Amino acid sequence: MKKIFSTNFCLAFKKQMAKNRAKAGDLWIIMAKPRASENTPPRELLEKLFRTAYAIRVFETEGIKLYRQGLIRGYFHPYLGQEGIATGVCAALRKGDFIASTHRGHGHCIAWGADIKRMVAELLQKETGYCRGYGGSMHIADITTGNLGANGIVGAGTPLGVGAALAAQVRGSDAVTVTFTTDGATNNGTFLESLNLAAIWNLNFILVIENNQYAVSTPIGESTRETDLFKRGAAIGVESHLVDGNDPLAVYNLTEESARKCRAGQGPILIEARTFRHMGHHVNDPGKYMPEDKLAYYKQRDPVDRARNNFVDLGHASAADVSTIERSVEKEFADAVEFSKGSREVSVDEFRAFAAVY
Amino acid sequence: MIDVTLVDAGRLAVQQEMRRDPRVWVLGEDVARGGLWGQYRGFLEEFGAERIVSTPISESTIMGAGLGAALVGTRPIIEMRIFDFVMCAMDELVNQIAKIRYMFGGQARPAVVVRMPHGMWRNSAAQHSQMLESWFVHLPGVIVVAPSCAADEAGLMVSAIRSDDPVLFFDPKDLWLAADRMPAGEIQPIPFGKARRLHEGGDLTIVTWSAIVPKVMEAVTLLAAQGVHADVLDLRTLWPWDEAAVLASVKKTKRLLVVHEAVEVGGFGGEIVARVIDQLGTAHVKVARRLGAPRLPIPFSPPLENQIRVTTEKIVAAAMKAARE
Ligand SMILES: Cc1ncc(C[n+]2csc(CCOP(=O)(O)OP(=O)(O)O)c2C)c(N)n1
Ligand SMILES: [Mg+2]
Repeated sequence: MKKIFSTNFCLAFKKQMAKNRAKAGDLWIIMAKPRASENTPPRELLEKLFRTAYAIRVFETEGIKLYRQGLIRGYFHPYLGQEGIATGVCAALRKGDFIASTHRGHGHCIAWGADIKRMVAELLQKETGYCRGYGGSMHIADITTGNLGANGIVGAGTPLGVGAALAAQVRGSDAVTVTFTTDGATNNGTFLESLNLAAIWNLNFILVIENNQYAVSTPIGESTRETDLFKRGAAIGVESHLVDGNDPLAVYNLTEESARKCRAGQGPILIEARTFRHMGHHVNDPGKYMPEDKLAYYKQRDPVDRARNNFVDLGHASAADVSTIERSVEKEFADAVEFSKGSREVSVDEFRAFAAVY
Repeated sequence: MIDVTLVDAGRLAVQQEMRRDPRVWVLGEDVARGGLWGQYRGFLEEFGAERIVSTPISESTIMGAGLGAALVGTRPIIEMRIFDFVMCAMDELVNQIAKIRYMFGGQARPAVVVRMPHGMWRNSAAQHSQMLESWFVHLPGVIVVAPSCAADEAGLMVSAIRSDDPVLFFDPKDLWLAADRMPAGEIQPIPFGKARRLHEGGDLTIVTWSAIVPKVMEAVTLLAAQGVHADVLDLRTLWPWDEAAVLASVKKTKRLLVVHEAVEVGGFGGEIVARVIDQLGTAHVKVARRLGAPRLPIPFSPPLENQIRVTTEKIVAAAMKAARE
């Protein structure tokens, strides 16, 4: 059978793929070097980082259990393993700022200070949920507090974030907008278009790429030749950084500095936070394609453990302090489940009335 | 006959055509790993990475590159993974693919198949459940295919791949994993624009397509038990569509009900109703009506989703009304 593609081209392509893969591996080793922090961070901050990271961990772990019991339906993309990023970023923002999120959005919501009750209620399709059960896991939003929502379309949150940042500028506000995006979304046109617009308009915009090195089952080395995603910012004049996404404190420090620069008119800023999922793409994906050694490496550098250790070592917290926080976070989730179970679903009449709006 | 799912049927058809024609190849996200539903399982081993090409999440370029590759003589199958993501590739589809042949005065015919699994499936919510096939029937320059069973999935896929003009192929997500049967051996192409008669009856004509078809057939059985006998046509392709078959049936029954899962307002059902009345005249058509979803985004909540679903009960009720009025 006649081949229409040149074999040479295919070989070259495969070689490049193999090279990219090796490179992605090397980077993960380079990243292992711990970052030295100059000043001891305040205990309150360390406590907050730990509480948030742990709250996300509990939400996802318990949420998956509810899913397995058949109580949650539809898509569910766990944030397990990536907690350090949302935790660090959101702790560095303030009231009046904005965030836009991804399909893997529970962590961003929690770190933004969302009410766990209303999040659980949304997953359990209750009327008390953030979107009254209309949205579900992939669409939790809390517009009133500046959370512009999770998004089922990869890359869609980036222009939204630019719009929020532009609106802030138009209104003369110094609010900062963070869009959380993903390695997969960097190969979508919205990434370049958004970052470029943010740059020409000097927006208070921080684009955080959560590089978990996979898009579903595709390793990053197969979808880009330059796996250092932060390097893309330089090409269009945007200050860019790489940070260990599994280190909540490092993420916090970088975001805090970035937000300060933005408010001083030096935005936008691109941050690549490198991390790894603890499981497959979604609850029903066993993730067999994820290399075991790499997974083990990242699990050893678990962001929740890092936050806990920081709280203990740098914040001089006792075992009792830690356990008080853990029990209170766990109770908050259990209460949220109770609350949701006691909530009603949107009634058909109400649904029809809402439906009649437009 | 062989036992297959619709996914298997589609896979066998693409495989057969890729064996037959070296110009045929596939591009899309995760396709080399077998595709989201396994619709390309085993292709990497059989055809090599040069003919089953996984891409980054770059829908506009996947679509546009498919067109470019078609213009230079290859025949790509462009996999959109889930229909809703085609929104990210609209310029390439609407302004480019659909226009080329006519706009260039017939110099080129882009032989692409755009595969877009569509519809509600397991509470996927507003951005992963849409059925907007009527948009594309409204778009000159493309062929629109929407099968509902394994044999049609396979036979229409063969025709789609052999077509010299762009084919938009809507795989019915909700039926994709359902057990079905299809003829063994070489898959024969099914011509576009030929409806399939699923049931004979003289009381009313039901025209339908895609994921709702099994529900229509459930309804037909319930209707028959109540003495109402429907003539049921699965259009299978929406452009071209089998106007002659529909007209012949309505001539006989004088009553038409079009059933689709998509939103009723502005749906393709409206066009069918209009054509039938236009061609047969109001004197010969007693009822011409559509049944579709309310004009709403799909809610996540399963009970709310069920509210907007076209169900067997709704079909029975609408058909009874149409038959008895
Ligand atoms: C525009 C678009 N294309 C494809 C998809 C299907 N999809 C959902 S998540 C995903 C992979 C995402 O990988 P990445 O962007 O790296 O995010 P991660 O899941 O790793 O957090 C894909 C392809 C989608 N939701 N939107
Ligand atoms: Mg990723």
